[in-house]
Amino acid sequence: MGSETRIRVLATKPGLDGHDRGIKVIASALMDAGMEVIYTGLRQTPQQIVEAAIQEDVDVITMSSLSGAHDYLFPKVMEILKEKGVEDILVLGGGIIPDDDIEALKSCGIAEIFGPGSDTREIAKFIKENVKR
Amino acid sequence: MYEEQEIEILKKENERWSEEVQQKLAKRPERKKEFVNTSGIPIKRLYTPLDNKEMDYFSEVGFPGKYPFTRGVQPTMYRGRHWTMRQYAGFASAEESNRRYKFLLEQGQTGISVAFDLPTQIGYDSDHEMAMGEVGKVGVAIDSLLDVETLFDGIPLDKVSTSMTINAPAAILLAMYIAIAEQQGISPEKLRGTIQNDILKEYSSRGTYIFPPKPSMRIVTDILSFCSGNVPQWNSISISGYHMREAGCTAVQEVAFTLANGISYVEAALKAGLDVDAFGPTLSFFFCCHQDFFEEVAKFRAARRLWATIMKERFNAKNPRSMMIRFHTQTAGCTLTAQQPKNNIMRVAFQALSAVLGGTQSLHTNSMDEALCLPTEESVQIALRTQQVIGHELGVTDTVDPLAGSYYVESLTRDICERAKVYIKKIDEMGGSPEAIEKGYIQKEIQDSAFKYQREIEEEDRIVVGLNRFQVEEEKVTGLLKVNPAVQIAQIENLKKLKSERDGNKVDKSLAALKKGAQGDDNLMPLILESVKAYATLGEICDVLKEVFGEYGQPSAL
Repeated sequence: MGSETRIRVLATKPGLDGHDRGIKVIASALMDAGMEVIYTGLRQTPQQIVEAAIQEDVDVITMSSLSGAHDYLFPKVMEILKEKGVEDILVLGGGIIPDDDIEALKSCGIAEIFGPGSDTREIAKFIKENVKR
Repeated sequence: MYEEQEIEILKKENERWSEEVQQKLAKRPERKKEFVNTSGIPIKRLYTPLDNKEMDYFSEVGFPGKYPFTRGVQPTMYRGRHWTMRQYAGFASAEESNRRYKFLLEQGQTGISVAFDLPTQIGYDSDHEMAMGEVGKVGVAIDSLLDVETLFDGIPLDKVSTSMTINAPAAILLAMYIAIAEQQGISPEKLRGTIQNDILKEYSSRGTYIFPPKPSMRIVTDILSFCSGNVPQWNSISISGYHMREAGCTAVQEVAFTLANGISYVEAALKAGLDVDAFGPTLSFFFCCHQDFFEEVAKFRAARRLWATIMKERFNAKNPRSMMIRFHTQTAGCTLTAQQPKNNIMRVAFQALSAVLGGTQSLHTNSMDEALCLPTEESVQIALRTQQVIGHELGVTDTVDPLAGSYYVESLTRDICERAKVYIKKIDEMGGSPEAIEKGYIQKEIQDSAFKYQREIEEEDRIVVGLNRFQVEEEKVTGLLKVNPAVQIAQIENLKKLKSERDGNKVDKSLAALKKGAQGDDNLMPLILESVKAYATLGEICDVLKEVFGEYGQPSAL
């Protein structure tokens, strides 16, 4: 991508979880890092997330879940993206994700999982290095 | 407090000492240029009587059990009995949670605290599309009275006190509790416990709202009114700073935003025609105990003093019980690290100690593995043992409010009071908490503080052991508690069975009556009680209320 276009990020909370401290901190940090961030607010269904991502023409989706529903919701988002033929969006996950679940999430196409204690500068760097367009 | 002459001498000596120290600093500088606590209050090198020379002992500190309750709400505090040791627990099915409660009670826990899963908290039955993947995950799934019957099976409700973290559907869960107590032959006036029922902080920080603010406030006041007449020993609300603190706000903001919400509930209840001394004593509070030890102790003392003056001076309460801030405390989940999780045991212990020195009425200690998953039985046991060690071994419970009179703690207590008052005034000027939340003011304050805290960690201005200093290579963590997805399938089966077996006419009739009540201004509690007794589901009851009240949608702006 050209250096003049800013990376567009959809920051979102899938499911019913209300813990939004993490996603909001990350959203602010990514804005500080020069990205454009669209935050969806709470309680997004996988369908709504994919629709918002397409409509907003984002390069990245970052989603956060601390309720333990990541094992259902994250793969569902990937499944719907695939159904819609979207392949050029970088998808990241975060929240309380047990180590044991990470492999399965990555195998369905989530590029990286950032758990508690992650450095927001590392997340911004990862996005800049891995964004697909 | 001090003679003028003494103060003059002290002033001079203090200046002399400061100059001496100043000269030595060139050679031996301090660790940091300035020391500041999480609330942004600058911390001085030394506190002396000079910092408290204007303190009026009787009006600001006083005696325990006496206005303004700075030293505690009971005269003997923990010499009489310890705080209630209450671990927030619940997951998967009602059977499994019932087993965990019995385990905790056998281990010496003195009260139950029920965690509900998110669909229950947001008014969806387990078979709703929005509930997919969430059933039984962060708490127990409750669809109908049947589940509550199982949840408390074999637990005598006149012997335990039960706290339920439930907000938007608080009326429904309270009704279910009253209904099963009735089955056990226990009348409502014997029931002891708490429902959180604090909807305002759901909009600003916790997120489990259902209805818009206005009808939600009506439900809150209906509950306050019902409880003061029918369930007098029940805490009808737990006005919570915990979640705002966890979402990132500072200690001062926690006190200010919590009490500002408290003010809004009192105003709403007064407007509904209730007497301040009828519901005042049933208000309870819930705070966080965070990492800065003295700031936390001072915070609890400040909150007690400030609420007492608000109830007395602003709302003309006459009953001292209306002026007492009785509160539950939980250690700060956001300070736990996923790195070297065993270190969390120490963090929790120190935080718990600050809550005890701050005079809490009940306490939840987090488990060391909570940055990773729901706690295992072993880690919950360590957390509970931490409280028991503080209560039985440290000697800190042998005298009341042992940190009173500390030049530092008294000065900090006053600072927190004064700074919180500034926030409360600002919120008053906006028209109160609901308006401040609507404008996004509270959310913005919380978010800014959270971002600042994160930046401090990343720039290593704030050291978190094991995270940004003293790190080690870590192995993958295994053996964590995981909720079986079969829980959702079983809940859905049970729902089907219930709906085919119950008296459908009775359900319809009770829901129709509820709808009519919601459209008018009858108290909703008796109507909801009828519906739950007819085995209407939580989702069905919420759907009826949604039809009348509508649903709240969160603004998505950052």
